[in-house]
Amino acid sequence: MEGITQARPMEAISRFQGWCGVVADWSSDQRAFKNVSWGKAMMWIFLLSDTFVFGCFLLSYMTVRMSTIVPWPNPSEVFALHIGGQDVPLILIAIMTFILISSSGTMAMAVNFAYRRDRVRTAAMMLATAAFGAAFVGMQAFEWTKLIQEGVRPWENPWGAPQFGSSFFMITGFHGTHVTIGVIFLLIIARKVWRGDFDTERRGFFTSRKGRYEIVEITGLYWHFVDLVWVFIFALFYLW
Amino acid sequence: MSVTSGPAEAIPAAEVEDVELYHPRSWLTKYVFCQDAKVIGVQYALTAIAIGLVALVLSWLMRLQLGFPGTFSFISPEAYLQFITMHGMIMVIYLLTALFLGGFGNYLIPLMLGARDMVFPYVNMLSYWVYLLAVLVLVASFFVPGGPTGAGWTLYPPQAILSGTPGGQDWGIILMLASLILFIIGFTMGGLNYVVTVLQARTRGMTLMRMPLTVWGIFTATVMALLAFPALFVSAVMLLLDRLLGTSFFMPALAEMGQQLQYDGGSPILFQHLFWFFGHPEVYIVALPAFGIVSDLISTHARRNIFGYRMMVWAIVAIGALSFVVWAHHMYVSGMHPWFGFFFATTTLIIAIPTAIKVYNWLLTLWRGDIHLTVPMLFALAFIVTFVNGGLTGLFLGNVVVDVPLSDTMFVVAHFHMVMGVAPIFVIFGGIYHWYPKITGRMLNEAMGRIHFWVSFLGAYMIFFPMHYLGLLGVPRRYFEIGEMAFVPPSAATLNAFISIVALIVGAAQILFLFNLAWSLRHGRPAGGNPWRATTLEWQTPQTPPGHGNWGRELPVVYRWAYDYNVPGADQDFIPQNQPSPGRASPEAAA
Repeated sequence: MEGITQARPMEAISRFQGWCGVVADWSSDQRAFKNVSWGKAMMWIFLLSDTFVFGCFLLSYMTVRMSTIVPWPNPSEVFALHIGGQDVPLILIAIMTFILISSSGTMAMAVNFAYRRDRVRTAAMMLATAAFGAAFVGMQAFEWTKLIQEGVRPWENPWGAPQFGSSFFMITGFHGTHVTIGVIFLLIIARKVWRGDFDTERRGFFTSRKGRYEIVEITGLYWHFVDLVWVFIFALFYLW
Repeated sequence: MSVTSGPAEAIPAAEVEDVELYHPRSWLTKYVFCQDAKVIGVQYALTAIAIGLVALVLSWLMRLQLGFPGTFSFISPEAYLQFITMHGMIMVIYLLTALFLGGFGNYLIPLMLGARDMVFPYVNMLSYWVYLLAVLVLVASFFVPGGPTGAGWTLYPPQAILSGTPGGQDWGIILMLASLILFIIGFTMGGLNYVVTVLQARTRGMTLMRMPLTVWGIFTATVMALLAFPALFVSAVMLLLDRLLGTSFFMPALAEMGQQLQYDGGSPILFQHLFWFFGHPEVYIVALPAFGIVSDLISTHARRNIFGYRMMVWAIVAIGALSFVVWAHHMYVSGMHPWFGFFFATTTLIIAIPTAIKVYNWLLTLWRGDIHLTVPMLFALAFIVTFVNGGLTGLFLGNVVVDVPLSDTMFVVAHFHMVMGVAPIFVIFGGIYHWYPKITGRMLNEAMGRIHFWVSFLGAYMIFFPMHYLGLLGVPRRYFEIGEMAFVPPSAATLNAFISIVALIVGAAQILFLFNLAWSLRHGRPAGGNPWRATTLEWQTPQTPPGHGNWGRELPVVYRWAYDYNVPGADQDFIPQNQPSPGRASPEAAA
């Protein structure tokens, strides 16, 4: 017992010194994050901010879902497809999720090839990622069309709380916009990789700066983030 | 480990290669579509001041109505509501936020850190142009059918989008929300730049703990803004959907003029939570840059090192973190559970601790200092006094039992005008008087500056001190006219007339300030490179005003913190940050 009480002050002092070391590292000369380029740091901080945007959207959705007094439509019935004579719940969403997660795999391969400066394979993998993304958005468009034909509107739907349609169109629409922007971004960067801009140090049209292969990884950060957000939307909107 | 570690320390090698700058090829890319952070800063500041003038005129119109009700037939009740809404929104977002972060941030961050520019100048330029677009959309709402929105600057639904509110079923609210969304997009582009520049693009020797407190304040406020503006973005999008598509995120079932509306089941309280999750950090987004700038002004003009630099930094960070867990103290009368009230009152009062640390440290910096009562110093001192006065009424309003009877009275108006209106504006003035010589190469006229200061300072107190009293009487805020309320004595009308006359005079003094800005551009006394004999890097540039890229061929090297004033044994009463040893002047300073 005594031994423990005597050890505590020493432990507290060493812990304090440990924190001082953490602060000293973080506040060190020139750069807080060593070996992190400006572009990558900027993307990470943007994604942190964007996390708050999606967080607010999802929290708002959960709040209206709990505050409305009308029953919430059952997602596994609403998002079912009639295949082979029976209703398969969530089948489309499952395929969409599988495609999007797979696109993260091709994206990771693109990053790997980019750091090997393998121009052709990098561009090919980025195009594959973009194709997966476009397929995802296309299936989302199909899903929207189907629901709209069944009478779902932002202000009403045949099955229950009007907030169901509002939240659905708003959140999936905002996420789909992110995916679309990601696809465009991927195509632009893939073109630059294919053309060899990062080998010839060609300057950007708008910024007049030389690009580097690292931009593939930065694009990948954004892409993985959009995938990760989808997992939360999937869990909180479709599975709840 | 000492923050003033001396010349024995070896100069570290550069970790980042020098930045590639875009060199302007024409007048258009040099002054209009410019990628130089200094020009962007000035563009931000001038735009913010221009739209701020609109808000100033609106406050005149409101005071005319409140002081002399019934006299001015052109001010209708609807117009009055539009005036208060646009005045509040413009002042808080388009003036204070834009001027502190976009204006001071762009101009000072690269210079104070010894960088050539922001890390992504092109994105930085876009940030300004999107901000300008947001301002134009906002201004456009004055000219559309129905006029601007009159929902109050908090835009609470359901009333914000109903036909009884000016602009609610017209264009006003739509343009307001669109403008906010644009502002947030523009700010995010700029804000990412400020944060990454501070974290990753400092010059050799500039550790975080050697940065001037101005940069600390702007940096922390920008991080907060990047995390708080998303809540406003989301609430603006959802309110826009409620208004345009008829969704019911914020709209409960309700009847209007005997008609049942199609809205059903939404949560108005949700909007309040989202809005104030942005709204309270917003107070500190405005206050933290002010804290930082005022620390530097006091230290420079009192010729004394800032007292407790590390504590000042930690206090800024602590205030920034705490301000995210106090938002519901704006909602004590919204029908919240009392336990939440208890929680939010406690966190609110805890913020007083780091804030008090800062105030004491400012006083201890002044103590036995060699105080020069220059115009920037006068404004800095006025800030401390005003911030303490406004902060004290904040302790009243932070307590649930005191807040409930004072809610929606003039007391609240007086409180937040003192603490986040007048106080930060004083710092903006002080900052402009302080840095104008660096921006233009000429000093602002001192006599005009002193008149401007004394009229603004005394006037602000003559306006807002009596307003606290009106609030204690129970005079409600946002009312077009008081009319005959049993609990309001007739003398309140006299007091209102007095406040209005003072407000007109104080407003006129701001015109003198603007005249001074224009007049001194040509007729001001030439300033030289370092008129205030200050230590920070922006005063050590090879040229004044600094050229594109800020520093000539070589970036400066930093050897010390930013507050070496009156160091014993040194040959002048200040040692610039880029001077290696106390005795020897650096080549940059000599040039």
